[in-house]
Amino acid sequence: MSLPPREKLIFEYSRPGRGARAQWPAVSAPAVPAVPAELRRTQRPLLPEVSELDVVRHYTRLSQLNFSIDTHFYPLGSCTMKYNPKACNAAALLPEFAGRHPLASAASGQGFMACMYELQEMLKAVTGMRAVALSPLAGAHGEFAGVAMIRAYQRARGESERNEIIVPQAAHGTNPATASMCGCIAREVAVGPDGDVDLDGLRAAVGPRTAGIMLTNPSTLGVFERRIEEVARIVHESGGLLYYDGANLNAILGKVRPGDMAFDAIHMNLHKTFSTPHGGGGPGAGAVGVSARLLPFLPLPIVAREADETYRWLTERDLPQSIGRLTTFAGNAGVLLRAYVYMRMLGREGMRRVGEYATLNANYLAARLTQVGFDAAYPQRRASHEFILTLRRQAQEYGVTAMDVAKRLLDLGFHAPTTYFPQLVSECLLIEPTETESKETLDAFVAAMAQILREAREEPERLQRAPHTLPVRRLDDVRAAREPDLIFKSDAA
Amino acid sequence: MPFIPHTEQDVREMLAVIGAPGIEALFDEIPAALRVPSLAEVPAGLSEFEVMQLMQSRARQDGRPLCFIGAGAYEHHIPAAVWSTVTRGEFYSAYTPYQAEASQGTLQSIYEYQTMLASLTGMEVCNASMYEGATALAEAVLMAVRANRRSKSARILMPRNLHPHYRAVALATTGNQGVRFEELPYERALGHTLPSSLAPFAGQDITALVIAQPNFFGVFEEVDALTDFAHAQGAFVIAVVNPTSLALLKPPGSWGQKGANIAVGEGQPLGCPLSSGGPYFGFMCTRMEHVRQMPGRLVGRTLDLDGRPGFTLTLQAREQHIRRAKATSNICTNQGLLMLAGTLYLALLGPEGLERVAAVSMQRTEQLARALTAIAGVRRVFGRPGFHEIVLALDRPAAPVLAALSERGIEGGLDLGKDYPELGPALLACATETKSAEDIETYARALAEVLRPARAA
Repeated sequence: MSLPPREKLIFEYSRPGRGARAQWPAVSAPAVPAVPAELRRTQRPLLPEVSELDVVRHYTRLSQLNFSIDTHFYPLGSCTMKYNPKACNAAALLPEFAGRHPLASAASGQGFMACMYELQEMLKAVTGMRAVALSPLAGAHGEFAGVAMIRAYQRARGESERNEIIVPQAAHGTNPATASMCGCIAREVAVGPDGDVDLDGLRAAVGPRTAGIMLTNPSTLGVFERRIEEVARIVHESGGLLYYDGANLNAILGKVRPGDMAFDAIHMNLHKTFSTPHGGGGPGAGAVGVSARLLPFLPLPIVAREADETYRWLTERDLPQSIGRLTTFAGNAGVLLRAYVYMRMLGREGMRRVGEYATLNANYLAARLTQVGFDAAYPQRRASHEFILTLRRQAQEYGVTAMDVAKRLLDLGFHAPTTYFPQLVSECLLIEPTETESKETLDAFVAAMAQILREAREEPERLQRAPHTLPVRRLDDVRAAREPDLIFKSDAA
Repeated sequence: MPFIPHTEQDVREMLAVIGAPGIEALFDEIPAALRVPSLAEVPAGLSEFEVMQLMQSRARQDGRPLCFIGAGAYEHHIPAAVWSTVTRGEFYSAYTPYQAEASQGTLQSIYEYQTMLASLTGMEVCNASMYEGATALAEAVLMAVRANRRSKSARILMPRNLHPHYRAVALATTGNQGVRFEELPYERALGHTLPSSLAPFAGQDITALVIAQPNFFGVFEEVDALTDFAHAQGAFVIAVVNPTSLALLKPPGSWGQKGANIAVGEGQPLGCPLSSGGPYFGFMCTRMEHVRQMPGRLVGRTLDLDGRPGFTLTLQAREQHIRRAKATSNICTNQGLLMLAGTLYLALLGPEGLERVAAVSMQRTEQLARALTAIAGVRRVFGRPGFHEIVLALDRPAAPVLAALSERGIEGGLDLGKDYPELGPALLACATETKSAEDIETYARALAEVLRPARAA
């Protein structure tokens, strides 16, 4: 299948004097605003002068150049690209919710705040944590909140020298980057050949400088960290705390909870597990949950319910030890509303099934792909909600890489899995089908992968030069970085 | 089963392929003691009809008050074409454009966005969004600490008339990296930062000066003098700007002799619903010389194998998925969909439409100021021109007045008592192009009514 041809830039449609005039406010008096001369703009910005139809047609055409969940199977490992129910969007965009000012009185926001309070409560229940704050704006922002809370806790105990964050080799890049943002040093521990953290390595790594460990479980290798209780014991006995990266929470929803695994702080990617849209790179929402000892340090604001069943925002007066405010207002409220609606539709039984069917789909896909000749990176392990294939063998035998396979999948109408992450596994594809995909879709993906394997043997250059049917062929990334062309410069300018 | 398509037969066949007796067996690597028996505290599931009824009743409970609050989030008309296009599944349900060939729509729209925002701010480059305005400022502070190699102090001058929440977020975000903030006072009668208030810092090692234009009170700053002073000390200038206002105001890239080094702000006014505080998007623009210290994603135009132009994520060696602990930031997912809304908004408004929105908002705010200060017990606090917000002093505590207005369906402004006690009872109010003469009159009449009984008493 082939996508529509490329589309020119919006600026190339521009004609002086054209405009979407229905969108302009009427100007009553002569519009000479009282801007002092020395503060006035003298040259108009480069914004297009186009009709409303130009805009709608241009961006509709651009949308058609994209792969998306609504149009394609999108098994992007670690990203949980499940169906985003339409009702979630419809509810969040109800005019009262969409139009509510963030600083409007609590009296005029009780309906909204009730949703936020109940969302906090449901997230507590599914994670087993003591309290939840909703304001962090994405997974990495939640990580920041979590590590900042760990540091605040230790500082309050007179242990500010604890500044090492332990991360497994295969951790998401955001984990060590977050450690740095919190003024910590990231220290890697090895992962054993079975995919579990090397406990001897961990014992050697912990000590009086340990602030904590950041773990994803199931890990980024797509397997459950089986000795999690031992990991928790080692870290806690050293005086460190445990941070749970919730990127893979979908795998265990309703089955096992981070709180029961003795984690002290967690973030949840609501745009993954709770199905809010990824939007081409956000918005996300990275709500955080904490154990009792970190509760005083939660970021503000948080919604509280009073005895008379009214809701109010907690402030510094309620949580004087809070790490403070991480957002101008109360977080990505519209995303939180979407997650709330999703959770209410699923209910407790639906949530259990998420973990079950995500895991069923992943194990089925792993088994089928192994049958047709691919190598699982951890064949002796159960897959969680995702799994890794390694193309090491194909790279040696046929000279095709994971990237080549990924690009060829695009030709065959499938979004590629995550490639080259985790870097621990060479030539890897990280595949996450999610629970919302049917067996037929998974079978079609297997057929495409089998075809690609055949092509790798018989005509590897077909893979090496893929994609062949998309709006662009492979792009010159080196040129993009060496001669950065980051904004359009009109000839007129 | 909501959103799960499996039939019983599918499940049987799939388990047979896996070689597992049941779905439960797939969880056999999880220690039994850790398993959670049920999620009893979560309510039972609802149908879409039921959940929409619930949401509609919650929404009705909140109603749609007439809102004169600004303070960092502004009610503007959003063209219908913005959200009907943005919520197309191809945009809405796509992810980060890592597979460039399958994401040219998202990538090209980001390139267009980068162009529009760079031009609006008068800067050379713009990233593919930060979370929102305050976190964009916090990241700009960290970027200045990295990029200003003449400074070793990590000292940031932050005006008191910058949004209090921006100051709080900057502090909470950068505190663990040893950044120090020093507060600049504002002129009490005029509301802006006097360039002479910088004099005590002459000759000192300052990493960056933050300048908000307009400032939190809506008042215009003397940006040229402030910028030149900072540059003379070897400090960076971080501009915090309202994108709507830039249709009329000198852009940060033209401030003073050399222009600001980094310009950030809240993108919400550009097509994002108020939505109780988010999702919005932050914008960050800078000069090419600083681009490698910039956080966040960047899209570049390049050529494909056939020599035809195409778009791709670029300069990724700054980012966490490549550089890990040495990345410029931990930011990964940002606010892509909102940035796209902003792009459509700017395309629909164009240079003239945006000028009109800015100019009409200024006029409406002036009308609001005149209508409210005609009421006994209300006066304007600052005597310097500004954009679309005003500070009003009241003759009695603001909180009960605002509560009484709220009961009348009017959100009358923000009580400044907590953050600026030195002003006495005062509120910050805003009127954009969405407020008609009748709306303003409604507010004025209600305020007069609220203030009357107490005076009579």
